Amino acid sequence: MDELQSLLNGFAIALTLQNVLLMFLGIVLGVLIGVLPGLGGANGIAILLPLTFTMSPTSAIIMLSCIYWGALFGGAITSILFNIPGEPWSVATTFDGHPMARQGRAGEALTAAFTGSFIGAFFAVVMITFLAPLVAEFALRFGPPEYFAVYLLAFCSFVGMGKGSPWKTIAAMMLGFALAAVGMDTVTGQLRLTFGSTELMRGFDFLVAVIGLFGIGEILQTMEEGLEFKGRSAKIDARVVWQTWKQLPRFWATSIRAVLIGCWMGVTPGGATPASFMSYGVARQISKNGHNFGKGEMEGVVAPEVAAHAAGTSALLPMLALGIPGSPTAAVLLGGLLIWGLQPGPLLFVEQPDFVWGLIASMYLGNLVGLFVVLTTVPLFAAILRVPFSIIAPVIIVVCAIGAYTVNNAMLDVWLMMLFGVAGYVFKKLDYPMAPMVLALVLGDRAEDSFRQAMLMSQGSLTILWQNWLVGSITALALVMLAWPFVSPLLARLRGARAAQQA
Amino acid sequence: MSNRPIDSGRKVAPSPLRRRLQTLAVAAACLAAGAPALAQQAWEPTRTVEFIVPAGTGGGADQMARLIQGIIQKNGLMKQPIIVVNKGGGAGAEGFLEIKGAKGDPHKIVITLSNLFTTSLTTATFDWTEFTPVSMMALDQFVLWVNAKNPAKTAKEYIEQVRAAGGKARMAGTGARQEDQIITVGIERAAKIKFTYIPFKGGGEVATQLVGGHVDSSVNNPIEAVAQWRAGGLRPLCVFDDERMPYRTRVTADMSWNDIPTCREAGIPTDYLMLRGIFMPGGVTPAQRDYFVELMRKVRETPEWKKFIAEGAFNTTALEGEAFTKWLTRAKDEHRTLMREAGWVTR
Amino acid sequence: MDRPEGDGDGVVTVATMEIIVAGLFLAFGGMVMFDSYRIGASWASDGPEAGYFPFYTGLIIVVASLVLLVQGVRQRAASRAAFVEAGQLRQVALVFVPALLYVAGIALAGIYVSSAVYITLFMVFIGHYRWLRSAAVGAGVGVFAFVLFERWFSIPLPKGFVERALGL
Repeated sequence: MDELQSLLNGFAIALTLQNVLLMFLGIVLGVLIGVLPGLGGANGIAILLPLTFTMSPTSAIIMLSCIYWGALFGGAITSILFNIPGEPWSVATTFDGHPMARQGRAGEALTAAFTGSFIGAFFAVVMITFLAPLVAEFALRFGPPEYFAVYLLAFCSFVGMGKGSPWKTIAAMMLGFALAAVGMDTVTGQLRLTFGSTELMRGFDFLVAVIGLFGIGEILQTMEEGLEFKGRSAKIDARVVWQTWKQLPRFWATSIRAVLIGCWMGVTPGGATPASFMSYGVARQISKNGHNFGKGEMEGVVAPEVAAHAAGTSALLPMLALGIPGSPTAAVLLGGLLIWGLQPGPLLFVEQPDFVWGLIASMYLGNLVGLFVVLTTVPLFAAILRVPFSIIAPVIIVVCAIGAYTVNNAMLDVWLMMLFGVAGYVFKKLDYPMAPMVLALVLGDRAEDSFRQAMLMSQGSLTILWQNWLVGSITALALVMLAWPFVSPLLARLRGARAAQQA
Repeated sequence: MSNRPIDSGRKVAPSPLRRRLQTLAVAAACLAAGAPALAQQAWEPTRTVEFIVPAGTGGGADQMARLIQGIIQKNGLMKQPIIVVNKGGGAGAEGFLEIKGAKGDPHKIVITLSNLFTTSLTTATFDWTEFTPVSMMALDQFVLWVNAKNPAKTAKEYIEQVRAAGGKARMAGTGARQEDQIITVGIERAAKIKFTYIPFKGGGEVATQLVGGHVDSSVNNPIEAVAQWRAGGLRPLCVFDDERMPYRTRVTADMSWNDIPTCREAGIPTDYLMLRGIFMPGGVTPAQRDYFVELMRKVRETPEWKKFIAEGAFNTTALEGEAFTKWLTRAKDEHRTLMREAGWVTR
Repeated sequence: MDRPEGDGDGVVTVATMEIIVAGLFLAFGGMVMFDSYRIGASWASDGPEAGYFPFYTGLIIVVASLVLLVQGVRQRAASRAAFVEAGQLRQVALVFVPALLYVAGIALAGIYVSSAVYITLFMVFIGHYRWLRSAAVGAGVGVFAFVLFERWFSIPLPKGFVERALGL
């Protein structure tokens, strides 16, 4: 086992006192970045990148990748406590995480999210350790039609999320698509829906919309119900970690699915955000607790968190093996590699084994350190819910405003956040589903770009969507997922009928 | 390349302030005495300098800006901190408009890529003459790449292949109506062939699509494709410059950057170089500009910078002052001609 | 603290709100269709044009909003359920209006000062805390944010006259 030997060498490199301290520092900074909405992992690493120029490349990447793990962990915290996704990939975590917090189960939700994150990351690192060249090869097979098929699959696995009026679901989803189209069109360079405003040229950022719809909307909702946060009675007890762990093995099947979805989406630049949505959608449709999703089901926290962290971790694989970033954060790390004088790409494993295996070893260690750090903070964060509403509400609004501003350094985004806040409040009261809208906003332009790239490739022929087995099977899978909500009750009825006959 | 930062004759906002006039007089005197080092002491940043990148995080301009930031911090070249801010909306228009709006503010600088011209022409919201040119840091090369499995070994063979495909050959590039597509149109005109141009969001993605065989060729910058070249995934055919790249160190087992012929040699008479330059808002004083001219000169002398430039096989032309202004005027005209011929702009 | 009355007067009925929202969707959809048509919304020889997808997105929004509009009008005749009661609306406005003023204040006084002022006033007038305690929390958050963003992360957030006067 060459890999094991190399990995042991890697541990020897990563396990110096200085590197372990850097891991802790990186994780703490990362959690902080993850908690602050708007200040994403990519921005955070870009900002701290120049600090590392004086370090050795191995120490530098250990610290930066730990910031990344920290941000992956930290994104869940505000999602669960305040319904504000700290990072795009933790939007799906709010669906069940926040209801759990409102029921006074914030500690459980946080523990489940963190542990799920760790599990996702762990399996992704194992994959990187042993299957890197193979997986990199697989990633190269993805061209525009394959990307489009993947996005289609993400949408289809999420269909049927809205329980209310189908017309409202459609209207909300289309609103998401329309907002995603605002700005400069990638394929032709034309300006769309900007109406001459230079401010609108950058488009609507998904995070601004989400901070408004979920965060501000939630505060307005809470205010209407009285000056109080539900879930103040949260248990603050270190034992909650242990008690939650005892429940987690039940979700092994969901976790395996989530790991697979996450690794796949991470390697092909789908990224952590679609992975988390897809995993949540699939879990909801397949799990026997599916009908309870959205009401505070722990499985609904585990599914997106495992997938997001698996995707976030495996996104580093194409960066190391091919020199292409699987996520915006990986893109920034890639820039770091170049600045340190390392050339990412297929030869990195051969030419810089110390660096690569030191990094991989630090992925194991960094995530372990991360899990330790965040679990010890669970009681601390759960205690925030005890702060009286009239103190925490303005602080949350301040944090949201700063978050919305830092996404693009634009004041307009703060106003938009307020507007989305009102929309979130009204939509929630009128049962307009927000999840499809958010998904459309985050994936809409990417799906459109890859569709139109595919059409350019095929001179406008749709057959390109089943030109080979790979794209064909993803497209077919997507169509199956689309039909599933209609087919599964039928199947159940058939089965029921047969059972009745046999009886 | 040894141009002194002598006032290029560009108008500077007149100021009634006596003190500033004195500063100007001192600066002029120092310059006349051939002592620019003294001149730059006339002004120094008094607060944090914002370094604006009119592109997203992780791209070529962003990498260079963060490298410059790192070099300045590591070597203590500036007393005040410098921070990088990405404003990439609307193909960079957002960042340039910020600089345009910051007239007279010496605490903002911007790094440019070709969108200084392309976005300016397509959106008509700003022009480089509204900014103060500081210096050209380098020029980025473009190379014609094909997949290593492609039977074409030379640019000529590939052009024949494209001609035979009758417009179905796929050229991948970054963005629409920007440098990559301009070069593609340049090849089409020079060789009288037709490509299907497919725009992607970033150079790394383009290189990967080419290695994966989803497209037939690309015009990636050296730094975007070098890893795949060394690993045997891509093959360079020619470089879009009027002379070969000077770097003779072996990059692969048997080739250096210098071994890549120019496209002109290969029978495609077209060339294109991308500006990596630094600008300030309009209306800053010559002393303020000279400070940054000198700062960037120091940056270019560090070993970190030299290493980066060699690895990315950049064209090391670095211009300042009048020579830079002349270059910019010509480059904008060339872009206007190219883009008008391609039918993307009517002005 | 004010508690929203359980059965106060409805300010607006659910049905009316449905109609208003559907109307906004209708206007938005129309706007999207108009602008997309302008830049070209057909299927060209090499695939869809830039406005193709947004155009149909707009069209679907228009259709869906028309259906919702009709449903809203019907519902209006049938049900007079309240969307929000006066007491509730007052509560919501109590949070939302100061928040709007806060955002407006950012442009004027920078984000740190307005955050500190906003938190202080919110605690005093809505939470009925003492001035001293409120000001301490407000200033604490402002200073912490300043150190965190400007000093540690070197992210420039909007600053106003106070920071300028202090030369920060």
